[in-house]
Amino acid sequence: MDAPSRALWQGEDVSSWRRATAPTVILAIAVAYPLVIQGPYWQRLGALVLLGAIGASAWNIVGGYAGQISIGHALFYGIGAYAPLLLYTVFKTPLLVGIPAGVVCSVLVAFVIGRPTFRLRGHYFTMGTIAVAELTRLGFQNWAFVGGPNGLAGPVQGRAWWDLTFRGSTVYYYVFLFTLCLVLLVTHLLERARFGHYLRAIKDSERASRSLGIPVSRYKLYALMLSAAFTAVAGSFYGMMIGFVDPNSVFGILISVEMVIVATLGGSGRLFGPLIGALILIPLKQLTNAYMGSSGSGVSLLAYGVVIMALSAAEPNGLIGIWSNRHRIMRLLPGRRSGEAYER
Amino acid sequence: MHFTVGALVQTAIDGLLLGGVYGLIAVGLTLIWGMMDVVNFAHGEFVMIGMYVAYVVVLMTHADVAVFTIASALVLFALGVVIYYGLIRYLLRGPMIAQILGTFGLSLALQYAIFWIFSPNYITLPGNALAGSFAFRGVHVPLAQLIAGVFSVVMSAAMFVLLTRTRVGKQMLAVSENRDASMLMGIQPDRVQALAWGISAASAGIAGALLATFFYLFPEVGTTFVLLAFVVVCLGGFGSVPGAIVSGLVVGLIQAYVGYLGGSSYKNMAVFGVFLAVLWMRPQGLFGKAKT
Repeated sequence: MDAPSRALWQGEDVSSWRRATAPTVILAIAVAYPLVIQGPYWQRLGALVLLGAIGASAWNIVGGYAGQISIGHALFYGIGAYAPLLLYTVFKTPLLVGIPAGVVCSVLVAFVIGRPTFRLRGHYFTMGTIAVAELTRLGFQNWAFVGGPNGLAGPVQGRAWWDLTFRGSTVYYYVFLFTLCLVLLVTHLLERARFGHYLRAIKDSERASRSLGIPVSRYKLYALMLSAAFTAVAGSFYGMMIGFVDPNSVFGILISVEMVIVATLGGSGRLFGPLIGALILIPLKQLTNAYMGSSGSGVSLLAYGVVIMALSAAEPNGLIGIWSNRHRIMRLLPGRRSGEAYER
Repeated sequence: MHFTVGALVQTAIDGLLLGGVYGLIAVGLTLIWGMMDVVNFAHGEFVMIGMYVAYVVVLMTHADVAVFTIASALVLFALGVVIYYGLIRYLLRGPMIAQILGTFGLSLALQYAIFWIFSPNYITLPGNALAGSFAFRGVHVPLAQLIAGVFSVVMSAAMFVLLTRTRVGKQMLAVSENRDASMLMGIQPDRVQALAWGISAASAGIAGALLATFFYLFPEVGTTFVLLAFVVVCLGGFGSVPGAIVSGLVVGLIQAYVGYLGGSSYKNMAVFGVFLAVLWMRPQGLFGKAKT
């Protein structure tokens, strides 16, 4: 560690107790949740929230920290979801073996498509990522080896623990919780490391970072590869939990957008932003589906769309931004007005 | 499979006629994209609502194609203006990602509002006023596609004239170049931008009404069109109306020929494949100018 960052580290040491309290409490609640709340519906909801948080946190590395807005992460999610089930279908390998296989494939794909796609700027980059994912979705639909439009199914009953195929959601819940902690830990270390500083510099101004000697292209590529690896893990978990994948359900544009929505409306480029987004948006979607979706009228997704619209108009920096802006909100209260409150 | 000249000409005509409609859809998208740097993910839903407006008008009045196309244009114009004042105005203050998500939320809301009202079933326009086709030296041209394709290209050209040769067009250019300076010149940016959203939505509505004469209607139909329109806009260079028209025709031709030679399940793969190849080799689009 170099001198300035060591000073920073020691300076923060005073408040590190306070800083560590909140995550510890959250973790304790998360560990206790399936023990306290019984019932398959709620345990499954918990697992889905964690799965959504893993995907969104993975996106956050390249989309949030490096500011490269990809709407093609379904590509990595889908590769991760297909790998275990494809290996199972062809070689009957344990599903657990498929996870690293999916990660390796995803990282390779990220490496290959990263360089040409990162030459694109702004909306063109976003469009490029959409096109890669759509092309892959259509390709899988036309490819008989991976089941074509029908997709692939896993074992009906797990042969042993290494198939990660369970009836209830509790085991999934703890596997997902452990993985999410791992992803957040890596992101946290990355935030403090040179890598994290580089990514934020690239987000602020690519040209300035380049002129300061940051190897911009290389670090964007690293960020994409790391993000792809975690996204593939989330996809593998999805495939195992559902026991079935098809091109539309894992490569569809909705999967990519969902990751972006959860991460951004929680707070992109912030460690706990995606988790906050997942905690609010995924139950909202599941519960509106449970209470309003039964009629098949689509009202639940109408409501979900309205919520997304309202949040992006009112709080574009994510729900975590409400907490950061609390001083601004306080100033809006009567008796505490200052000139700044009138600024738009 | 026969590679007769007739079949190849037939395929070209089918592709060009559908491509004309893609061009019109993309013109509305590229107007907003070029002027406000906003990618409207709900643009496909504008097309979809245009189709449903045509459906309702035909169902109630048995009007012909001119009437329901105008009705779609008017309804969508109003919708575009309302959406600008109700949503886009606020999104424009936020970062690019807020605009992507905001318009995506809008697309979900519109899609499922239609789903709620009309059910997810596939429907077609009642009556078959445009069901005929005529043959010319062995090439069959369905009347509905002919009207849709030709009228779309005419409307796109009219849009180009509107944007480059009229006062309104100059005002839009001024606002997109420099919002503050345009205010000093007595232009009200909000009003001009609302007008742009109205025009953009109206052109999508016209395209939708024309498509409804030969295409199924269902709430998710917009998703297909919006992705193709993104491709068309990027290929044409964003903000370029002539680029959008030409690349719309190119995309229509690619779809038609790949569908004819390789099977229709490969036609959109070919479109996205060509798109990626162009993006990777010419990041500014086929007709765009290189930006440093």
